[in-house]
Amino acid sequence: MTHSVAIPPASAKGFYFLTAIGALVSALGFAAVIYMEHHGHQVTGMNNQFVWGLPLVFAFFQLVAGSGALNVGLIGPVFGKQVYKPFAPLAGLLALALLAGGVLVILLDLGRPDRVPVALTHMNLTSVFGWDVILFNGFFAIVILFLWTQMSPAMRRYSQTAGLLALVWRFILTTGTGSIFGFLVARQAYQSAIVAPMFIIFSFAWGMAVFLVVQRALLRSAGATLHPDIARRMGNLLGIFIVAAFYFVLVYHLTNLYYARQTAFEEFILVSGGVFPKLFWGGYIALGTVLPLLLLYVPAFQRIQGSDLIAAVLTLLGGLALMYVFIVGAQAFPLEIFPGMQVKSSFLDGQIDHYVPSTAEVLLSFGGFGISLVITLIALRVLPFKLLDDNAPLAADPLHD
Amino acid sequence: MSAPHDKAPDSGRRSFIGAAAATGAGLGVAALAPGLQLIEVSAAGTPSTGASSDKRWGMLIDSNKCASGCDACVKACNRENGITETLQDVRQSSQWIRKVDLKDPKSGREHSLPVLCQHCAKPTCVDVCPTGASMKRADGIVLVDRHICIGCRYCMMACPYKARSFVHLTLTEQNPEVPRGQGCVEACTFCVHRVDKGQQPACVEACPERAMLFGDLKDPHSEIAQRIAQEATTQLRSDLKLDLGVRYQGI
Amino acid sequence: MKRTLVGLGAFLLLAGSVYAGTPKPAVKIENPGQCIAPAAEMRANHMEKLKHTRTRTLRQGIRGEVASLNGCINCHASKTTGSVLGPGGFCQECHSYAAVSPDCWICHQPKAKQPVGQTTAGVQQ
Repeated sequence: MTHSVAIPPASAKGFYFLTAIGALVSALGFAAVIYMEHHGHQVTGMNNQFVWGLPLVFAFFQLVAGSGALNVGLIGPVFGKQVYKPFAPLAGLLALALLAGGVLVILLDLGRPDRVPVALTHMNLTSVFGWDVILFNGFFAIVILFLWTQMSPAMRRYSQTAGLLALVWRFILTTGTGSIFGFLVARQAYQSAIVAPMFIIFSFAWGMAVFLVVQRALLRSAGATLHPDIARRMGNLLGIFIVAAFYFVLVYHLTNLYYARQTAFEEFILVSGGVFPKLFWGGYIALGTVLPLLLLYVPAFQRIQGSDLIAAVLTLLGGLALMYVFIVGAQAFPLEIFPGMQVKSSFLDGQIDHYVPSTAEVLLSFGGFGISLVITLIALRVLPFKLLDDNAPLAADPLHD
Repeated sequence: MSAPHDKAPDSGRRSFIGAAAATGAGLGVAALAPGLQLIEVSAAGTPSTGASSDKRWGMLIDSNKCASGCDACVKACNRENGITETLQDVRQSSQWIRKVDLKDPKSGREHSLPVLCQHCAKPTCVDVCPTGASMKRADGIVLVDRHICIGCRYCMMACPYKARSFVHLTLTEQNPEVPRGQGCVEACTFCVHRVDKGQQPACVEACPERAMLFGDLKDPHSEIAQRIAQEATTQLRSDLKLDLGVRYQGI
Repeated sequence: MKRTLVGLGAFLLLAGSVYAGTPKPAVKIENPGQCIAPAAEMRANHMEKLKHTRTRTLRQGIRGEVASLNGCINCHASKTTGSVLGPGGFCQECHSYAAVSPDCWICHQPKAKQPVGQTTAGVQQ
């Protein structure tokens, strides 16, 4: 166990390989964008029913996970928990990388990505997307500021203020991300105030999970390990967040089931909707909630080598599955324009539709992950990151702050 | 040398100065805004005053008169607005107006009616548009300003009536009076290019059963305002309280 | 020193040949007469005129502005192709030369609706 662990050298096996993979995935994503731009969105599986497809599922997942990853780094500076202080730089970097990837995919999936300057100069402030221009740019600036206070000894004393600012801003940002959906009164899956806080809780869970995975991978490549008590603390936190997320999902569905006008939609999402119930129960519930909780809390499972790392990976997969159900499933179910009536039309009114993403969409979606990976790896190489810090008393009693 | 006040005012000099000043001003105006000068000279007509909130355009659709197999309104709309492209996946094609067939599952009663953009007074699409491209004109017509539409499709997620379509391919056969293009969102405009000339929307004119009525809701003497005042009409999803410009009968 | 001079000379020759090769735009005025403003002013300001018109026409519903895109097209479209784009197209020639891609034609129809030359600027569209 070491006090201070630097990022492993570039010659460490896997580093160049990983960067190459990330660059390749990103390049394929860009190629897909050029293809989509040239031919129009007709080359995608999206249509006038499935308006937001796989790229946005992945992008929103990254946005939520990224803003949550920042939180892990703020527990130390803002709340004074010494044990978490060394996590701040990596957490900040992950937040930036994930958000950059997510925002880029959203911008490249636009019908007119050449009009991003228009989006930056024309802002409708009744629109959450309009606020997002301010919120995302501000987030990047604030996190960079926060990282500066963390990594520069001269700026260290501003760390708590910067951290507090980052915390408040990220809460507003993630509330906004949830409200993108929650404010839509037209859609049966959304139209609810619970969506915004639910996204906040998702961000806690997925942010902690992604941080855990990345930190563990880096430590392993450096040949170091975390103190088992700290690892257990992180695992506990992850478990609490998974339970909290499940609670919100439970309340969301229970309330919907209670309303007669929502019953058909719930039946579709939970039972008869084909891929959606499979992803919800198999992906989010089984893989993303039950199995991680078993791995984190049940002694028989805890004994498995790297059980908390596996739990984190499963949480992320479950989260992605849930985002797919939440975003695409909501569009598969027809809008209720004539409540109570059977409806038929040339525009798929009243009919449940099936979404099949095309190759271009899949490449674009993964391209976002590729971008985040490349940003993370290059920043770790270029900036003075330390995985664990001389300034944090890790060798001392980690159970007492 | 004579004192200044001895001399009578020189009217010739004054008129010269006046003329020179006027010419100078005229030249100055011409120099400052030569384009403006020329435009005034060459204009064949003067621009209209534009849309005004004194009017609110609306539509009344009597679905009792609407024939089930008929889609004359749809064909007329496609013809008028240049919606002629065919796509491999028909779900990607633009439909500004569509015929919807309804059946009451309890009673078995069937009827059909056209559904189009409802031109809400409180449009959800306008609220959510990040750039303000989705807009409501002063006279109530809801439009997409395709000069600033970035194609994010958020308005399509927000619309309760699935009124909006996204253009999935490159277009070349647009009607010059109805610009539309790849990557932007679009919807029924109440044929605003016709309405501004005093004409009726294409669908209204084409309906063989005269089921559709278009007019100024704020004009108490218009046929539509009188009928709405005297007969029962409904708005789609009236629970959402969006104050629609389109009303139906017979639902 | 000799190598530098040779290299510089080669570079200048190459650069010069590029400039020598770009053809100037061959703008053909199909309907001689008076545009809504002098050519020099139109060259400099046509985008501003169109931009202000488009805002007034679309957002405020003001019709019949002088600087109307359809008005321009109806007068300037090529008599052979009927369009302002394509080889010899009025807009195409200068924009290709200047390498400035105009955004208009993604949505606007570059082909004249009426027979070319039968409408004048400022007519209600």
